[in-house]
Amino acid sequence: MTGGIWGIGRRLAIAVMVSAILFPIYWVAVASFTPESQLFGQVDLVPTRLVFDHYRAVFSERALGTAVWNSLIVAGATTLLCVPIGALCAYALARLPFPGRTLVLTSVLAISMFPQISIVSPLYLLLRELRLIDTYAGLVLPYLTFAMPLTIWLLVGFFRQLPRELEEAALMDGASRLRTLWTIVLPLSWPGLTTTAILTFLYCWNEFLFALCFTLGPDRYTVPVAIALFRGQYQVPWGQILAGALVATLPVAMLVFLAQRRIVAGLTSGAVKG
Amino acid sequence: MASISLHGVSKRFAAGVAAVANLDLEIAHGELLVLVGPSGSGKSTVLRLIAGLDAPTSGRILIDGEDVTGVPPQQRDLAMVFQSYALYPHKTVRENLAFGLQMRHVETASVDERVREVAKILGIDGLLERRPAALSGGQRQRVALGRAIVRNPKAFLLDEPLSNLDPVLRIETRAELTLLHRRLGATMVHVTHDQEEAMTLGSRIAVMRAGALEQVAAPMDLYDRPANTFVASFIGSPAMNIWPGTMVRAVGERALVGVRPHDIELTPTEVSDRTGRVEILEPLGPTTLVHVRIDDAPESRARIVVPAATRIAIGDHVGFRVQRDRLHFFDEKSGRRLDVSG
Repeated sequence: MTGGIWGIGRRLAIAVMVSAILFPIYWVAVASFTPESQLFGQVDLVPTRLVFDHYRAVFSERALGTAVWNSLIVAGATTLLCVPIGALCAYALARLPFPGRTLVLTSVLAISMFPQISIVSPLYLLLRELRLIDTYAGLVLPYLTFAMPLTIWLLVGFFRQLPRELEEAALMDGASRLRTLWTIVLPLSWPGLTTTAILTFLYCWNEFLFALCFTLGPDRYTVPVAIALFRGQYQVPWGQILAGALVATLPVAMLVFLAQRRIVAGLTSGAVKG
Repeated sequence: MASISLHGVSKRFAAGVAAVANLDLEIAHGELLVLVGPSGSGKSTVLRLIAGLDAPTSGRILIDGEDVTGVPPQQRDLAMVFQSYALYPHKTVRENLAFGLQMRHVETASVDERVREVAKILGIDGLLERRPAALSGGQRQRVALGRAIVRNPKAFLLDEPLSNLDPVLRIETRAELTLLHRRLGATMVHVTHDQEEAMTLGSRIAVMRAGALEQVAAPMDLYDRPANTFVASFIGSPAMNIWPGTMVRAVGERALVGVRPHDIELTPTEVSDRTGRVEILEPLGPTTLVHVRIDDAPESRARIVVPAATRIAIGDHVGFRVQRDRLHFFDEKSGRRLDVSG
């Protein structure tokens, strides 16, 4: 019934959609290996000659390596801070009965809805007072403001769908709340924790506005800022920008590729009762 | 081992629904008390209140005479077997059994010894390195029991532990539970909705309905002298026949009359109390349950248990007679038992 024409048609539709999504990435990849002089000429779909000029340039002249390192540190540190603290908050919000729980949860969500631009200036003043402008901490702390609500919301959802009886069994066995969290809840929440960690890392990796405002020079630029500042006053080095974009995408693409099953499971879990 | 007392315990949930209302209950040292009732009667809530997993809205809970109302579950030293078993899925059977002991800082050597000992009692010593996912339902149930036993708690709280087992295994495990109770001499509170399970297991049964106790008594006392129509129809299978206002007491007062299906016999129509037409036949194996539509009162049916060999067919016109000394009388309004002497 579903075979024949329909089957072929379906596959064709999927093929078209996938190519539509993948083509720009392919185009970026091809362009990043094309000499600057040919970029705006006749470009073949299948390149005949590949050059590494742009890559050489972004790492030697543009110090993209430093930017990648900065991004790794900032995104990594934010994730490492966010997940444990967020897990504690989320567990309390998911399980402990205390007055104002819903209010806290809604406030967390509300705060994450603030447009970033509206808090840039106050944050700048604050960070300047604390002498944290152009430091890693000066990025990690602001990043927590949007990463933490995300973490908390994802994990609250995750913890809530764990069978409550498991935790009650642990309490009856004599474990304290924290002990229960550590020995029962967290080991069972690996998919959720991994998803949360990856998403947090991705948000920080891609963050642009705070990174642009709170850093002063290439020593502390993160990848998005570094790439954005490739463009000069008179020229836009498209080849380098595209090469940089590919370098910036690669680590996160790998991360997502490796953990894709978990991410999908984590994002959809709780939607349907197993 | 310990005694447990509940004094005027109530539990009201946020929506204002009283799950348990002003409940008094004494559970003696070493007793196996069964809390039985239909779903929503509050029996599991009572268990959770004793466990400390829920806090009562009012009233006091005492263990060995000591007020534990505000004591968290970790410090009550009670063990609970959950309906879903709630085994830790990421731990092996051995780790599941050992967890409670480790939480109480028992030294490793004695933990190992105790785990082996309990595993042997329950016949799960071959499964110690497996995870719960690799166990059958019956095996999981044993591990759940083992996790409770291993700690030597003050009392056991069992929340419908048999309800997820298939019928054969359930009856087998029920018998083992009786033996286990005898062997451990432990205080146990067992929650079930199955009256047969309650009858076979309990040294005493507490029947609950709508958050209140209807009657607390030994199994045969409940069966022989139910305190009201609810207990009368809930305990005993097939359920008791209760007919409204069909008999008049010596004083002339109307009442509800109850008689168990086993206490009615089929007779030739000439010598019967009542006659009726057979509507349904339910063969139960050794006996058959006959539903008879009563001629005088067509809105009522009589349930009668007859030996399986009885020759009877649907549509037969039959007479039946009740054993006079086996009648139960209940107040028409309150449903409460009326005692008739002589």
